Amino acid sequence: MSILINKDTRVVCQGITGQAGSFHAERMLEYGTKLVAGVTPGKGGTTHHGVTVFDNVLDVVTNRRANASVIYVPAPFAADAIMEAADAGIELIVCITEGIPTLDMIRAKKYLSNKKTRLIGPNCPGIITPDACKIGIMPGYIHKRGNVGVVSRSGTLTYEAVWQLTQRGLGQSTCIGIGGDPIVGTDFVDILRLFQEDKDTWAIVLIGEIGGSAEEEAAEIIKQEITKPIVGFIAGRTAPPGRRMGHAGAIISGNKGTAISKITALKNAGVAIADSPADIGETVAKVFEQTRFFE
Amino acid sequence: MKLYEFQAKDILKKYGVCVPRGKAISHSHDASKIFQEIGCNRCVVKAQVLAGGRGKGGGIQFANTPAEARTSAAGMIGTHLVTRQTSQKGIEIKYVLIEEAVSIKKELYLAITIDRSLQTPMLIASAEGGVEIEEVAKKSPDKIIKEPIDLFFGIHQFQVRRIASQLGISGISTACLNNLITSLFRAFVNNDCSLLEINPLTVTMYDELCALDAKMDIDDNALYRHPEFEHMSQYQDLSPVEVLAKKYKLSYISLEGNIGCLVNGAGLAMATMDIIKLHGGEPANFLDVGGDASLEQVTQAFKIILSDSKVKAILINIFGGIMKCDVIASGIIQAIQDVGIHIPLVVRLEGTNVDIAKKLLANSGLSIISANNMKEAASLVVKASK
Repeated sequence: MSILINKDTRVVCQGITGQAGSFHAERMLEYGTKLVAGVTPGKGGTTHHGVTVFDNVLDVVTNRRANASVIYVPAPFAADAIMEAADAGIELIVCITEGIPTLDMIRAKKYLSNKKTRLIGPNCPGIITPDACKIGIMPGYIHKRGNVGVVSRSGTLTYEAVWQLTQRGLGQSTCIGIGGDPIVGTDFVDILRLFQEDKDTWAIVLIGEIGGSAEEEAAEIIKQEITKPIVGFIAGRTAPPGRRMGHAGAIISGNKGTAISKITALKNAGVAIADSPADIGETVAKVFEQTRFFE
Repeated sequence: MKLYEFQAKDILKKYGVCVPRGKAISHSHDASKIFQEIGCNRCVVKAQVLAGGRGKGGGIQFANTPAEARTSAAGMIGTHLVTRQTSQKGIEIKYVLIEEAVSIKKELYLAITIDRSLQTPMLIASAEGGVEIEEVAKKSPDKIIKEPIDLFFGIHQFQVRRIASQLGISGISTACLNNLITSLFRAFVNNDCSLLEINPLTVTMYDELCALDAKMDIDDNALYRHPEFEHMSQYQDLSPVEVLAKKYKLSYISLEGNIGCLVNGAGLAMATMDIIKLHGGEPANFLDVGGDASLEQVTQAFKIILSDSKVKAILINIFGGIMKCDVIASGIIQAIQDVGIHIPLVVRLEGTNVDIAKKLLANSGLSIISANNMKEAASLVVKASK
C-alpha cells in the first residue's frame, strides 16, 4: 500500500506540450506512471510522446477515465487549470507550477472547498510511490520502495532526504512535497493522518522550513493522533529574520515561524530532530533500530 | 515588492482613502515650494526608506516655515538613515515626503494581510496605534483585533460594527470606518497586496479617519499583471548586486560570512547555510538559482558570488530535479572562463543528468574540489575558507 497514488492511478498532464510539461511527462512515462492523456487547449487531437492530447480535462475524464492530474501550466493560468480539473471530477490534483499569485490560490481553494478533490501544491515537486507511480518532477532513480513516508515543504531538500534514506537501504512508501507557497492545497496535518492510516508506512520523515506555522500545527496533531515514529528537520536556523515578512504577517504568526519555535514544538511532540540536513537518513536509521529493540 | 510610503499613499488616494496633502521630492530646494503649495502652518518632513522606526532615527521632522522644511530635507536627502530595522550602515535617503501636519485626537492601527493558516485575507486592528504593533501583540494580545475578510463577500457590516466597538469608535465615525475598510480592501485586492498597513490611522480633530503612514507590499508573483509598478521598482532600496540578481530572477540575499553558496531550491539553500554554520563556517549569501535556471542565469549567479570581495571559498550544492546538473556544470565553466576564479570551489552535484555534469567538470581542466555528499561538501568548504 501507499497513500494517495499507486500503480493504478490514471494521470492526465495539463500543459503537456509546454517545455517543463513535455520534459517531465516523458520522465513520468519512463518511470511507469499511467499517463493516460495530456491537455493543451487548442492542441486536441494531436499526440505528444505517444500520449493523446485533449483540449480540456473533462474530455479526458470522460474518454480516458483519468483520476489524477499534474499541472505544468504557466502561473497566470494555473489557478484556472486547477479549477478546471476539479470541475471535471479529478480526485487528486498535483500542481507543480511556481509563482501563482496568492489571491488566485485563495480563490482556487475556495472553489475546491465543496468538491471532493484534493490538491497538492502549488510550487511543489509532486508525489511519488516508488516503483508504482511518479507524479511530478522528482528524479525517479533516487527513490526505493519501502516503509518510510516522507512529507516536505521543500523540493530539492526532499530529494536530499530521500537520497540519504535510499543510500542506507531505507525505502519509502510515498514521498510528498506539499509546496512552499503561503497557500497550499494539502498541509502536513492531512498527510500525517494518511501516513498514520497506511499500514505500509512504519516511520515518517517531516521536513519543514521557517515561516508560517504549518510545523507547529503539525506538532499539535502529532501529539494527539500520530503513534508512528517521526524524524524531523527544519531548514533555516541561520536565516536572517524579517527579510520576507511584513509587520502584520509577524503578528499573525506571533512568535511562531522561527526555526527554534518549530523545532521546540516538534521535539515536545516526540519528534526526533536531525540537527544537520546531512543526518536525516542516519536519524531515521536510529529510530528504526530503537523500534526493533523495543519489539 | 515593497512600495515607499508616498507611492502607497498615492495609490490609496485613488481609492478614496484620506491621506495628508503632500508631495515627495528628491531635491531639497523644492521643499519650500512644496511647503507653500500645501498652504498650512506646519509640515512634516518624512524620510522615504523601506524600514520602520524612522522617527527615533531622526527621519521624521516637523517644519514651521518653508525654510525649516528646506533645512530638514537638505539634512536628510543623500544621507543614510539608521533605524533598528536597518543595518548599522543604514539606508540612503533618496526621497523625502513633505506633507501637512495633521491634528491628532487618537491613533489607531489597521492592516490587511494574508493569514496563511486560515488561508484568507485578514484584517488586523488595534486601538493602540502609532507604536510598534509587535510590542502591543506581545504585551497585550487582547488589544489586537482580527477579522477574516471573505475574498468574495468583502467585509461584512457586522464585522465593521464589531471592530468599531472594540476600537471605541461610534456614531458617524462608524460609517467612516466602514468606507475606509471597504476602500482599503479594494486597494488590497486590486493591487495584489500581501500587506497593507496603516499605522497610525489617526482620528483627527474633525473626527475624520486619516492615514498618516502607509506600508504596501505587493505579491511578487502577481507583478506580471501590474505593469504600473514597473516604473516604481527603480526606486527600490536594493544594492547593485541585488538589482542584478533580480534582473536574472535569482533569489539572492547578501549575508555577513565568507562562504559563497549557489544552491537550487530555497529549502536546500537554507539547509546548506545551516550546515556550513554547523561546521564552523559563515555563509556569505543565500542564493537560490530556482527550479529550472537557464545557462545564462547560472553563469550570472556564479559571477555575482565571485564579485563579492568577502567571499573566500564557494560551495555549489545542487540536487537536480527540473534543474539539470549539466546546465549547472556548463554555467560554472562558462562563468570561470569569462571572469576567472582565484578562490577554492567545492562542488556537490546529485540528481537529473548528474553523470553528464560530472564528466563536463572533469573534462574542463578546472581545479574543482568535488564532494560526494552535503556533509563532506560543508566540511571541505569550511576548511578551504580558513
